[in-house]
Amino acid sequence: MINANAKTLLEVRNLTATVAGVEILKGINLTVRAGEVHAIMGPNGSGKSTFAKVLAGHPAYTVKSGEVLFEGKDLFALASDERARAGIFLGFQYPVEIPGVTNSAFLRLAYNTVQSGRGKDELDPLEFDDLVREKMKLLEMSPEFLSRSVNDGFSGGEKKRNEILQMALLEPKLALLDETDSGLDIDALRVVAGGVNQLLTADNACVLVTHYQRLLNYITPDYVHVMSAGRIIKSGDKALALALEERGYDWLLDAKKAAA
Amino acid sequence: MSTVLDNLVSQPYKHGFVTDIESESAPKGLSEDTIRMISAKKNEPEWLLEFRLQAYRHWLTMTEPQWPNVHYPKIDFQAISYYAAPKPKLKKSMDEVDPELLKTFEKLGVPMHERAALAGVAVDVIFDSVSVTTTYKEKLAEVGIIFGSISDAVRDHPELVRKYMGSVVPVGDNYYAALNSAVFTDGSFCFIPKGVKCPMELSTYFRINTQDSGQFERTLIIAEEGAQVSYLEGCTAPKFDTNQLHAAVVELVALDNADIKYSTVQNWYAGDENGVGGIYNFVTKRGLCKGHNSKISWTQVETGSAITWKYPSCVLLGDNSIGEFYSVALTNHRQQADTGTKMIHIGKNTKSTIISKGISAGQSNNSYRGLVKIGPRAEGARNFSQCDSMLIGTQCGANTFPYIQVQNPTAKVEHEATTSKIGEDQLFYFQSRGIPTEEAVSMIINGFCKDVFQQLPMEFAVEATKLLGLKLEGSVG
Repeated sequence: MINANAKTLLEVRNLTATVAGVEILKGINLTVRAGEVHAIMGPNGSGKSTFAKVLAGHPAYTVKSGEVLFEGKDLFALASDERARAGIFLGFQYPVEIPGVTNSAFLRLAYNTVQSGRGKDELDPLEFDDLVREKMKLLEMSPEFLSRSVNDGFSGGEKKRNEILQMALLEPKLALLDETDSGLDIDALRVVAGGVNQLLTADNACVLVTHYQRLLNYITPDYVHVMSAGRIIKSGDKALALALEERGYDWLLDAKKAAA
Repeated sequence: MSTVLDNLVSQPYKHGFVTDIESESAPKGLSEDTIRMISAKKNEPEWLLEFRLQAYRHWLTMTEPQWPNVHYPKIDFQAISYYAAPKPKLKKSMDEVDPELLKTFEKLGVPMHERAALAGVAVDVIFDSVSVTTTYKEKLAEVGIIFGSISDAVRDHPELVRKYMGSVVPVGDNYYAALNSAVFTDGSFCFIPKGVKCPMELSTYFRINTQDSGQFERTLIIAEEGAQVSYLEGCTAPKFDTNQLHAAVVELVALDNADIKYSTVQNWYAGDENGVGGIYNFVTKRGLCKGHNSKISWTQVETGSAITWKYPSCVLLGDNSIGEFYSVALTNHRQQADTGTKMIHIGKNTKSTIISKGISAGQSNNSYRGLVKIGPRAEGARNFSQCDSMLIGTQCGANTFPYIQVQNPTAKVEHEATTSKIGEDQLFYFQSRGIPTEEAVSMIINGFCKDVFQQLPMEFAVEATKLLGLKLEGSVG
């Protein structure tokens, strides 16, 4: 929902970044205000996922220039765990498996670390158990997920639900969801998208990185941005996503070449 | 990334100080005269001197084992002093113990005063070659338990020592056991009589202090019919840039329905990050489940030593006897570990469980080596083995060498093995949920070691968790 007076959460200016010496982001500009949903689309290798990972602070990427303000403060002055405590959440395209660590212990440590980082009360294991079971209902997850190792042996759909469960627990101000729809069948997509929708409020915001328009049938974006070769080449509203669905990316890329 | 992990795995050794205490050392070198000298110093009976000499003569015919997956320069056995003891000699009560020694063990967190002791843990404290004190000795004696140094036991209970010493690990068992049998100086002795459940944890704390001395202690634990005991062992040593040899022998004997639980947290000095100095830990530990329904359980957390060569084993002789081995071995920098167990099933319906967790960091090399042998008479024998390795960083190595020999068709033997790696992506996943790297590593490692830590007595579990933390955590750069 667009509200021009809403607080600006994220301000990205001329961001460039490299991985292994190769420049992937070549000058990104983006403003995200509270209450907004942004979709970032684009062909493979355009830098969409890189953008999300750079914002979350993945160590493999190096920021070369530009600045990012999160709630008016320099995001890059924070380590990745500090960013999470400050309210940035990255939903992983490929959630990482952590054998031996139970999901419940992991979720509780994450929750309590983030809570104490925000000056809020931590929960003891019993209180947390009540909370997490409540949140799991939102995602139609069975309680046995709690006793399994984090993402270990989870199906693609289970992993993605587990990501959104973490989003539900950590209550981020800005959620970056990296291809949350990939690997989901249509039922799982509906549940996961439904979960995300319930978490969106006028005070937080969401950036969806996705290949396909189908996710946007469930989560309606306020803005759609198309990335190509490390830049946002076109921004629009939901209609842009539908046009991409119909015509592919080529017409945009061709139009850009012609303009250049 | 690599700097983060480097910092995490590069914590200084906290126990590396040397106690400035006047000590008496035997001249370096090994001969029959050295052995006679040790035996005379300890006023030993003739049969024990014979035991030593027999072992020594056998040792001379043996060669160092070459099969372990470890590499080190040849040891010059003539450059080692085989006896070192703090002067003045043994004291009768704590008040007479040298204050320097008291301070040393205080610094190490070992309770030498009964009143200050951890509730419910009796400690035998071994400093270089001698036992300096044993706490709660009298209280244990009230229920018939004999707990103290093996030297005292030789003096006060020669019939027990003579009956059992060498009965599990014969003098010629292997190169280092033979050497130990020839030159052992002290160690702990523990006897739990028939039907007695030991009312407290028994514990031995080993400290090497003298630079060119070796430590050759000998531990003997006997649990008679229906007896139960839980025994803990801890060890540390100062930082020297030379290597010290530690070649111990531990023998456990469990009679009918007896239960022995033996736990070790081994934190010998491991050498510096370039592999200079550190202890060579060449140890023979073996338990004999002699009686039916007896049980011996080994739990070890191995974090120290430049080289670890150690296979706490169970000989399951009695029908329905149970052997267990739970191990966490952590190597960092240039440490090398070749450790595991042997489960020898002889009796019927014998069961064994092996859970081994190896963690390698730095440029270290960590090998699990284990033998499961089911003898022809071991009807219905069962074994389950699980050997997991975890790698931290890209320059370390992990190996698993399982040996399985089955001579009875009714036996069931299972072996599972996994290798995993703490990677950048796992750590980033934690961080992206607000969890700092140090806590992430600690959680991953603890999750990995959980099955073993659960086996440790409470105080030790806490200590082991902290110890792994110290070895692996640190300021994140």
